[in-house]
Amino acid sequence: MTETPNLIYIKELAAGSDTFEQKLINIVKREFPEEQKEFLANYNSKSFTKAAENVHKLKHKIGMFGFETGYQVAIDFEEELKENNPSLFTEFMLILDAIENFLKII
Amino acid sequence: MNCIIIDDEETARVIIQQLCSQVEELSVIEEFPNAIQAIKFLNKEKVDLIFLDIHMPDFTGFDFIQTLKNPPKIILTTSDKNFALEAFEYECIVDYLVKPITLPRFLKAIQKAESTPDINPASTTQDQSENETAGISSGENDLYINIDRRLIKIDMSTILVIEAKGDYILIKTEKQNYTVHSTLKKIEEKLPNDLFLKVHRSYIINIKKIIDIEDNSVLIEKDVIPVSRSNRSELMKRLNLL
Repeated sequence: MTETPNLIYIKELAAGSDTFEQKLINIVKREFPEEQKEFLANYNSKSFTKAAENVHKLKHKIGMFGFETGYQVAIDFEEELKENNPSLFTEFMLILDAIENFLKII
Repeated sequence: MNCIIIDDEETARVIIQQLCSQVEELSVIEEFPNAIQAIKFLNKEKVDLIFLDIHMPDFTGFDFIQTLKNPPKIILTTSDKNFALEAFEYECIVDYLVKPITLPRFLKAIQKAESTPDINPASTTQDQSENETAGISSGENDLYINIDRRLIKIDMSTILVIEAKGDYILIKTEKQNYTVHSTLKKIEEKLPNDLFLKVHRSYIINIKKIIDIEDNSVLIEKDVIPVSRSNRSELMKRLNLL
């Protein structure tokens, strides 16, 4: 995976407001691990339809952090999970891991 | 324009709030993490615009729209492009924003909302509260009942009998039974007159489901329903008697 997360979208949205930027980051820091955990629980129990719903929710945050190819991977993975096909799991996890690590340093 | 935001994801609600703050004419009066809370709010308050997430657990954005008798303008917000065609089947939907939403695209949607004539100019909170009684709201053929903060859709033609049970009513359908906190009077207002009849102070029946009538009772599936003397003549009038 060559893409790395960035704050371009969040900074554009904040329009110079550090308060808003920090508020949004704090919410994402709280929400993302919960969504990630729920996804993994559903995936590991092979509840692929529910896992697809989790991927759907995570897609927004993947897009927010500037992933373009990664966003498409999430779209494809969501559709595949609906068909009980988990083949994009490893690729998808690389994106989640990248975001998880990024959230630790911002 | 007064607006509300409905989205189960807090991140999305905060982003839309921030985008709204860039538009002077927009005022966010409330935000909701689910559609049920929003319906309760809309029973009391009038809004000009709703930012509505489609993909929410239990009750989707489209389910929500179907519960509104006079929906205001709605801008859908979603992470899924696949719903676009379905979205534009609803007259109230003025635009469709794919997350993450950018400011230029958001402003375009607001322009669309502003330039779209009011769909329900006469709609007021009063209209809503009159039509959305506690626990129950209805569409043309469907009835939505509120059970444990979920709105459940019932095809009215499948209802067999409705029985008063104190502060509750028991709705028996072909598939299952539902207990709802409401009254016979309230549900009677929602039911089509040609299909339903109050035959007793505690019973409303679907007259198409009658199997037979004997003296002061009717048989519907396996239930014998009492018919009060005062309602018997109306029941007889409604039957196609040979």
